[in-house]
Amino acid sequence: MEILVCVRRVPDTSENEIALNIEGNDIERDELVYSVNEADNYAVEEALQIRDQFGGTVTVVTVGGQDDEEVLRRELAMGANKAVLLSDDVFSGSDGRGVATILKEFVQKGHYDLILTGVQAEDGAAQVGGMLAAMLDYPFASLVNSIAAENDKLIVSREIEGGNKEVNEIELPCVLAIQTGINEPRYVGMRGIRQVASVPIPTLGAGDLGVNPATVGERVAKVKRVDYFVPTLGNGAEMLHGSREENAEKIIELVAAKGGLK
Amino acid sequence: MIGPSLPTHLHEWLGMARSLCLTVHVLGILCFVYIVAKRLVPLVRAERDLRFDHPLTRMGRVFKFWLGQWRHPRYKFAGTIHILIFSGFILLAARAFFVLIVGVNQDFVMPGLSGRVGQLYDIVTDYAATVVFLCMVIATVRRLVFKPARYAVPAKYGKGRTADAIFLLGLIAILMVADSLFAASHSLQGRPAEELAILSLPWMLQIALASSSLVTISASGFAAYLIHELAFYFLLCYRPFGIQFHVETSLFSIYFAKLERGTLKPVRWGISDEHLDQVKSFGVKRFEDFTWKHMLDFYSCADCGRCADNCPANAAGRPLAPRFLTIKARDYAFQHYPVFGRANNSKPLIGNVYSEDEIWSCTTCGACEEECPLLIEYIDKLVDLRRGMIDDGNVPQSLQRPMKALESRGNPYGKLEKKRGDWTKSPEFRNNCNVKILDGKRNADTLYFVDSITSYDDRMQSIGRSTSRILDHIGEDFGVLGPAEKDSGHDVRRFGEEMLFLALRDHNIDAVKASGAKRIVTADPHAYNALRHDYKDVPPVEHISQVMAREVKAGKIRFTQIANEEKVFVYHDPCYLGRHNQVYDDPRTVLDAIPGLKRIEMTRSRDRSFCCGGGGLMLFYEPKEEQRMGVLRVRMAAEAGANVIVTACPFCLVNLEDAVKVTGMEGKMSVIDLTELVDQYIMRESCAETQKLEQTATCGG
Repeated sequence: MEILVCVRRVPDTSENEIALNIEGNDIERDELVYSVNEADNYAVEEALQIRDQFGGTVTVVTVGGQDDEEVLRRELAMGANKAVLLSDDVFSGSDGRGVATILKEFVQKGHYDLILTGVQAEDGAAQVGGMLAAMLDYPFASLVNSIAAENDKLIVSREIEGGNKEVNEIELPCVLAIQTGINEPRYVGMRGIRQVASVPIPTLGAGDLGVNPATVGERVAKVKRVDYFVPTLGNGAEMLHGSREENAEKIIELVAAKGGLK
Repeated sequence: MIGPSLPTHLHEWLGMARSLCLTVHVLGILCFVYIVAKRLVPLVRAERDLRFDHPLTRMGRVFKFWLGQWRHPRYKFAGTIHILIFSGFILLAARAFFVLIVGVNQDFVMPGLSGRVGQLYDIVTDYAATVVFLCMVIATVRRLVFKPARYAVPAKYGKGRTADAIFLLGLIAILMVADSLFAASHSLQGRPAEELAILSLPWMLQIALASSSLVTISASGFAAYLIHELAFYFLLCYRPFGIQFHVETSLFSIYFAKLERGTLKPVRWGISDEHLDQVKSFGVKRFEDFTWKHMLDFYSCADCGRCADNCPANAAGRPLAPRFLTIKARDYAFQHYPVFGRANNSKPLIGNVYSEDEIWSCTTCGACEEECPLLIEYIDKLVDLRRGMIDDGNVPQSLQRPMKALESRGNPYGKLEKKRGDWTKSPEFRNNCNVKILDGKRNADTLYFVDSITSYDDRMQSIGRSTSRILDHIGEDFGVLGPAEKDSGHDVRRFGEEMLFLALRDHNIDAVKASGAKRIVTADPHAYNALRHDYKDVPPVEHISQVMAREVKAGKIRFTQIANEEKVFVYHDPCYLGRHNQVYDDPRTVLDAIPGLKRIEMTRSRDRSFCCGGGGLMLFYEPKEEQRMGVLRVRMAAEAGANVIVTACPFCLVNLEDAVKVTGMEGKMSVIDLTELVDQYIMRESCAETQKLEQTATCGG
């Protein structure tokens, strides 16, 4: 099975102190450390497992700049067969639709049976997967938390409210947006990254892909970020004042009410 | 019908059966050589291991641990029995050799054992055989009736081995009886009979036989000879199939044992850190990835259960017992390298022989290695197995995040590098102790290496402040690296992430060198062990307890009287200060210098200290366990009658304080770091210092 996984490099929320810049229209990016978007990493692991079971190749792709190459290398170290960087000045400032347009052109240059994305980028809007599927006219499922192959179809289950699962049959080729927790992504250490340090990663621009520059980039973006704000601290915290046993029971009750316990 | 008359004398019997004896000798020895050769096959295919250095040191250890049975008395009863059996075997070795030769040459006399020396030797060995026989009886009763818990085999680890043990004990007993009977028969050949050692087994058998005819006596002697010979060769050839193989291998295991505590084996022996990129596969994934010495360890294990008996992971119900790490590997070796037939294809160890949780469960506390009478190594093997798992990307999710954070931020919490020195900046602390940040613009003689947990953890920063105030008090010119310091990587390495460790280490070595410091002090035993054993070319390093003990002895540190008389203190030895670095007395010296301090010891103390639950990345690992190690440890302190646990490691402090909360002993038990305690009671003499003390008190120390 030929699998394409669309990944993205995002500031790592667990290793940064996110603060707004002085203008208040973006976060302070000077000292950020980045990693692969968490859901995308699960998507790559899922792709690797499917490949190891059924054969084929896994290609990872991202839209961005030279800095984004590091996440592609990390996924190569994880076991992906190929990595491609889609980069062009005209791409910058693209909204979700613009990114989906670029990816669509790339998908149509190859023959992919299955396209995976993370369910959402940590700094994104969970829209590229769906838009990409629509542009390709492929079936789409989101919040996917398990995949099983059956003939030329896939049986995928999706997470729905309250932690329940809905099982779907979906035809190939298709686009799936992967939910975190679908698997246990393998560890990538420094050694792995060093071993793929010299693997060439081709960069494709608008011309190579046949992307019409008039359809992408900041100029045609219909969704634009206008502000960033940090929510003010509210009074949402509920303090429990009982004995240890009472508090434990109360916590169980509260978690169960939110669907966290069965 | 009258048959041919039977020979009268024992030597006639033996003479008659000379060719039989010779055949058994030759067959027995050939068999043994063949079996041992087959057992050596995996060792030849194993990874290399450079253990041929320091022959004199190694010989010394053979004298101490093998011949001297140094560690056996740690278990008094079993140890005594073993020492008796061992010395019996050593004494009987020449006699067994003599007896075997006599079957071929009846006039053989052991060189050096003629005349009076020989008589003396006979007496000694008469008793030796008797003692060994009695030990066999005692050991059998012990196995069958008293059943010490540490011999039990939990169902998950396979079948019990009592039957095998009894069988072997029985064989040795038979060997002793046969040997004694032969001696008795031999002694009755002449008139008057040779005198045997009074009350020994041969002596008793001599009395029993004395009234029989010479033919009967000689026939019994001959039968005893054959039984002895057959039992001897059967044992010789049977031992390589089980726990008794240690009779042959222990000498080599001890000779080649690891010499340095606190160190780890390199990824591959003979390959420098710079060339690690060329190594195709890291760690142990298949059995053949173990080194030959580690395979020898598997053969040498006598299954005495002392390692598992002292293993905190085993005590806490984690799926790990060092004993079975070895036994399972030996079973694997025997199955995949059979004595008869070809070696089978090897399978990955993880999933087939070991479980992932088993390998992650170890805190590398070293209790097993401290206890093993045969100096079998466990930490190196576990770390090698972890290296293999890391190489395959097989790492628990709970560990991946801190490892990634260590890679990008140099600490497992993902906190910002620039905030690493922020603990020095609180105004209350700064007023009485100004810690220099050695950033190139400022320098100092002594570098205080803080490490991640003390730098970033709110509670542990108190150790950093106390350590600084103590260094300040003794007039040390010191500073910290601040943002230039990264995690020491001590436990990164012990979790198998060698490349990440090397990156952290190289960064820190550069930072330490750039600081220009002439010596290093740390209050974190894990950092201490890393700097001392894992780092190269850094200035000499001391743990703060060593510095304090020296200053106490020099009179530079004096203490005020302890106020609260109800407090009973107990010192908990951190694994990486105690067992791995042998610092047991210095912290106790410091404690005992505080006037009025009442201190007791736990049963498990010093080299038998019980791990708090593990440090470094172990704080992030979610083990499968019935009980926290810390909880067990806090209970031990309570049982000893203490209400304050003093430790000298931030990780011990975290784990034990948590355990106090978990057990609901808050208010009844408290935990404090040695530096915090010293900081509290240190006598500050100068005016300025008294002022500082007051301010210290207001900021809560």
